[in-house]
Amino acid sequence: MPHIEARDISLIYDTPGGAVPGLRGVSFAMEASEFLCIVGPSGCGKSTLLNIIAGFITPNVGEIRIAGQPVRGSGMDRGVVFQDFAQLFPWRTALGNVAFGLEMKGVPKAEREATALEQLRLVKLEHFAKSYPHHLSGGMQQRVAIARALAYNPAVLLMDEPFAALDALTRDDMQRLLADVWRTTRKTVIYVTHNVAEAVYLADRVVVMTPHPGTVKTEVTIKLPRPRDPLSVEFLDYQKELLRLLGQDAKGH
Amino acid sequence: MIADRARSLWRGAVTVIVVLAIYEAVARSGHFAPALMPTLGVVLQTLLGSLLDGSMFEHAAATLYRVLCGFGLAVFVGLPLGVLMGRFRPVENFVLPLASALMPIPSLAWIPVFILWLGLGNAVTILIVLYAALFPMLLNTWSGVRAVNPIWLRAAGAMGANENALFWKVIIPGASPFIIAGLRQSFLRAWVAVIGAEMLAASNFGLGWVIFDAKEFLNTDVMLSSLIVIGFIGFVTERLVFGSLERATIYRWGMAQAAKT
Ligand SMILES: Nc1ncnc2c1ncn2[C@@H]1O[C@H](COP(=O)(O)OP(=O)(O)OP(=O)(O)O)[C@@H](O)[C@H]1O
Ligand SMILES: [Mg+2]
Repeated sequence: MPHIEARDISLIYDTPGGAVPGLRGVSFAMEASEFLCIVGPSGCGKSTLLNIIAGFITPNVGEIRIAGQPVRGSGMDRGVVFQDFAQLFPWRTALGNVAFGLEMKGVPKAEREATALEQLRLVKLEHFAKSYPHHLSGGMQQRVAIARALAYNPAVLLMDEPFAALDALTRDDMQRLLADVWRTTRKTVIYVTHNVAEAVYLADRVVVMTPHPGTVKTEVTIKLPRPRDPLSVEFLDYQKELLRLLGQDAKGH
Repeated sequence: MIADRARSLWRGAVTVIVVLAIYEAVARSGHFAPALMPTLGVVLQTLLGSLLDGSMFEHAAATLYRVLCGFGLAVFVGLPLGVLMGRFRPVENFVLPLASALMPIPSLAWIPVFILWLGLGNAVTILIVLYAALFPMLLNTWSGVRAVNPIWLRAAGAMGANENALFWKVIIPGASPFIIAGLRQSFLRAWVAVIGAEMLAASNFGLGWVIFDAKEFLNTDVMLSSLIVIGFIGFVTERLVFGSLERATIYRWGMAQAAKT
């Protein structure tokens, strides 16, 4: 049985200007501990799809199943990391943010702070446990957000372009860190990006989407050993293939 | 930091000294009868006397009691109601027209009505304070709740927060810059209202009553020393209570910045 299954998902946004098709007939399945990237041009419905899997939006047609159970609303089997740095609670320290989910679960204070500190160590921020978010850089804030999503030990990690707003160098560091974190934790990860190199670096498999309305065009399995070398010929070949599928390669087709 | 604090204190002191010097010059010029415009020395003597015999403390305590009751009630009602308004459309639809209609009526205009209903005494004064303090608290909280970043609610929901946890651990701190502004405004209005209400509705205690009572006997020095105490208490609450509250919360969290220069 696949860990996550999307069955024929369709969603139409009701707006004052009329109905906007968000997604049509999206299906895919993934195994436990798989790292799946979703790539596609802006507006193809990547965030919409992730929000449906997270349970923030209910699709008009179709359903998501996680471990065989249909998704109804958000749940603690899934951790979510958003693109926006503002997702952290400014009134809580890094440690307080990471401990939030455990607090909601009713884990006693000493225990949840110990766990939260462990998660901060995983993203190499244990020395910043007592800092408030506004004293952390964008990259550090996103690392805290990852630690926060992992702290209550969900089986699934959902990430929507978490590094898109970072500079290229920091982003490279973050990708390496995330690959490490995934190797240690073995979560099932769905990672949305429009950066093809990022997808090839991180993913076991890449789902390519096209817009108007958002549909799955094809899937590409990345058969490269890890850790991956972004300068290797094979890496660049995968990148070219994805760009071709997205219609963005040099020849324009 | 400490040097900054000392400098701003010094600047404040300069203002006060200049104003006092002008007052003293006018008082000594002989344009007004000394009974109407006593010199600072006389006023301070009266103030000191009333402090030493404890009467000023009794009046201040009576006023503070009334203001804290009214202000406390205003927070107790305005804060939760403001949150409900921000979260639930029907509550907003019901409360907002009511608030818009009642808010422009000066609280003091209600005094005669309340006196007819309740008679002279603390109840009327507290009710007036509540009336004055309620709307700033209510409307600021309402704005604050609507300004809470939806991504915080989403993130908290994804981490299993129920409605109760959302209220205490996300909405209240998330709206805190507005809530603190509301507390501030609300207290200021309460403080202004309590003095007015005491002038008209208090029977024999309170800083406002002291002023009104002193008028009968042309005791300008008593009136002025009461005014000094009123200003002083207002200043101290504003700076110490709300200032430290801000420093301990929203400045520390980076949700608001102190003015740079
Ligand atoms: N809340 C909304 N109301 C109405 N339409 C929406 C809403 N959110 C998204 N859409 C529309 O749905 C489509 C898909 O949007 P979505 O945000 O999922 O795209 P995306 O692939 O995440 O884009 P990006 O890469 O820019 O983040 C777009 O055409 C968008 O205009
Ligand atoms: Mg998006």
